[in-house]
Amino acid sequence: MELRKSYFADVRKDDLHEIGQPRPRSDSPGHVTGKTAYFADRNFPGMLHLKMVRSPHHHARIRSIDTSEAEKHPGVVKILTAKDVPHNVYTILILIQIGPEDETVLADGKVRWKGEAVVAVLAETERAAQEAAAKVKVDYEVLPAVFDMEEALKPGAPLVNEYHGQNYYLYDSGECRKVRFGDVEAGFAGADHILEQSYQSSPIEHAPTETTGCVVAPEGNDRFTCYTNTQAMFFTLDNASIILQMPGSKLHFVGGTVGGGFGGKVDVIVEPIAILGAKLTGRPVSFIYSREEEMQISSPRAAEKVVIKDGVMKDGRIVARKVTGYTDAGAYSRHSPYGAQKGAGHYPGPYTIPNVWIDTYCVYTNRTPSSAMRGFGVTIGDFALEVQMDKLARLIGMDPLEFRFINAYRDGDMKAHRQPTEGAALIECMQEASRAANWPVAEKYLTMSSYKNGA
Amino acid sequence: MAIRRGRGVAAINYPTGMNLGGDPTQALVHSTPTGNFMVTLSSVDLGQGMKQIMAQICAETIGVPTDRVVVDTADTDTGPHCMGTFASRGTHRAGNAVIQAAKEARQVMLEVAAEELEVNASDLETDGQGNILVKGAPQKSISIFDVALSAHFKRGRSISGRGMFLIPRSYPEKETGAMKPSTCYAHACTVAEVEVDDETGEVTVLTVKNVFEIGRALNPKMVEQQLVGGSWMGISHALYETTEPYYPNRDHGGTDFNQYLMPGPGDLAETEIIVLERPSADGPYGAKGPGEMCANPQIPAVANAVFDAVGVRIDTLPITPERILRALKAQAAN
Repeated sequence: MELRKSYFADVRKDDLHEIGQPRPRSDSPGHVTGKTAYFADRNFPGMLHLKMVRSPHHHARIRSIDTSEAEKHPGVVKILTAKDVPHNVYTILILIQIGPEDETVLADGKVRWKGEAVVAVLAETERAAQEAAAKVKVDYEVLPAVFDMEEALKPGAPLVNEYHGQNYYLYDSGECRKVRFGDVEAGFAGADHILEQSYQSSPIEHAPTETTGCVVAPEGNDRFTCYTNTQAMFFTLDNASIILQMPGSKLHFVGGTVGGGFGGKVDVIVEPIAILGAKLTGRPVSFIYSREEEMQISSPRAAEKVVIKDGVMKDGRIVARKVTGYTDAGAYSRHSPYGAQKGAGHYPGPYTIPNVWIDTYCVYTNRTPSSAMRGFGVTIGDFALEVQMDKLARLIGMDPLEFRFINAYRDGDMKAHRQPTEGAALIECMQEASRAANWPVAEKYLTMSSYKNGA
Repeated sequence: MAIRRGRGVAAINYPTGMNLGGDPTQALVHSTPTGNFMVTLSSVDLGQGMKQIMAQICAETIGVPTDRVVVDTADTDTGPHCMGTFASRGTHRAGNAVIQAAKEARQVMLEVAAEELEVNASDLETDGQGNILVKGAPQKSISIFDVALSAHFKRGRSISGRGMFLIPRSYPEKETGAMKPSTCYAHACTVAEVEVDDETGEVTVLTVKNVFEIGRALNPKMVEQQLVGGSWMGISHALYETTEPYYPNRDHGGTDFNQYLMPGPGDLAETEIIVLERPSADGPYGAKGPGEMCANPQIPAVANAVFDAVGVRIDTLPITPERILRALKAQAAN
């Protein structure tokens, strides 16, 4: 790595003692010698293991659940169903007033994706819990499912989630989050070229080294200590408090170094049910995802579809950009309405474009709920935007890097969401990339600046 | 049939912190009797090194070496509220809270030192080595060790501080979408060079040159580990990863690392990282959040490089050999 101090030297004081120093990480020796304690290193006498009975269907009505055989299985201590969960229908962003509550801790009457949790089995060993889970009999009436976002948005499509009432998230702005800036149709009308293209991604797994999980210990004072690898301590505690209808003062969450998060550990899935198990049995409970659960049950990065229509001039100026983004939330909201909305604030990318129209939709389908992942709302949008930029440059016969210099935002430029640009540095990054990659651009681009008026 | 070479570029920006703000984080700082400093948080270290960075920020602000700062975090019984570690917010939000708390503690520390030295607190400065000196008369000094002892056992002062950082929530205007998604943005430009085997569709990423603008590299070695890791993740997203290979079809989802493809050490490109620093107005010592941003530009840069190499556009992620071969076949048929 190289620090290129020549850029922005006039606005930066390099007079600090500790900041800017490559101090060795205090936790590294523990990591590399295996001494760092993770939540799963907690082991309590009498600890029970929780395993989930999961839906084998993408969409089905539950006619009945029979746990009688499973209860007789040696080592089984407790079996939990929807009726045991005090506030079973929840949504995590309710803490910041983003509803409605649309998801069940344990399925109640219906499953909406293959892998959804239906029954929780607590047993003396992991093996006993697993074997007993296989003995739980659930009678399903399979329902038509929808997997494709366009299909889901058509009239007459199977309804994925009754708590929403339609297969998209309803924002206060309507069926999508909108940004309107300038006159995009007038921009297209005056453009030398129009290019409309569609981009698609597939769900992606966080693949942390350490799978999602927690260990809960009942304390002598009516409190519960939850050792967890959540990325957000109070967010998880407060949601657990709502789901369990238990005062937050009864809960003590202890985290520590997490073995990789990448956004995969902010969904509040394992903690509430494990605490409930500990409460109802009076014994410590461990609930840790298998690698298979981490891969297919825990929320992935949402699949997205992005349609971009641009109007561009022969001289390289983009004069109009219309973006329609679709985020596949799967069966439940989790963080996806937030992600889709983040996309609306991110488009049209770091370029100054006078006419912009943005619609971002959060769509429900019968698949594993998607949620947060490193850069969600932006990552796939950037893929679409930057491939589109390459296509536009080639369309007008311009070098792709020079084309970006022409459109790059600078301090003071008004963004589509009506905030003036501050602290821009795209131009300087491209100048340095031109040098480092030996990708020549015309001299006039090398003397540009992100500062207002190029000064 | 041949191995074809191409290169592509992408340039991006990325907002720091939770979209639209409204995501608070608090910090508490206090001195022990012998002048070590404890930072108390409930933020989570995901393995990226947040504890180390908070220690350096506290040390810089108080004016002591980093090894005199201990960070206690991720315990809801002791640590004040933090929204969580995500959205590239850890360093920016918690860092600002630590600075505010450390400034308050520093002020008490200087007041106690001023009483001991019989000068005004405003005439004092720290040397960064654990001493407090009179400005312009450095021979008149007292160690922070002695100041902490005095505060505890003689003066009855608590050398401590509270910090809170909150960017007020922005609510998007319904019709126009007018809003304030973030207060600062990191930037990047990546150039990727690939080889594509037009017989097998296999892509080899030869080099990735990343330029990242991150506000301030608080600890350059840790910046490097995060940016290199992010760059690899970007390549992995571009070419390998998905839980649903035939999306929207739900079949054939991987359930372990044999089925879920990721690049191994031999698949990783030669990676170059260059860092620029334009300090952000509201960042701790100017820092922005590069945690998510650093995994983004490689994806379109690789996609554009594949086109440059073989002349087909793969607009669906991941860019698998199967998709490249199908596109080449369609191209040949036209």
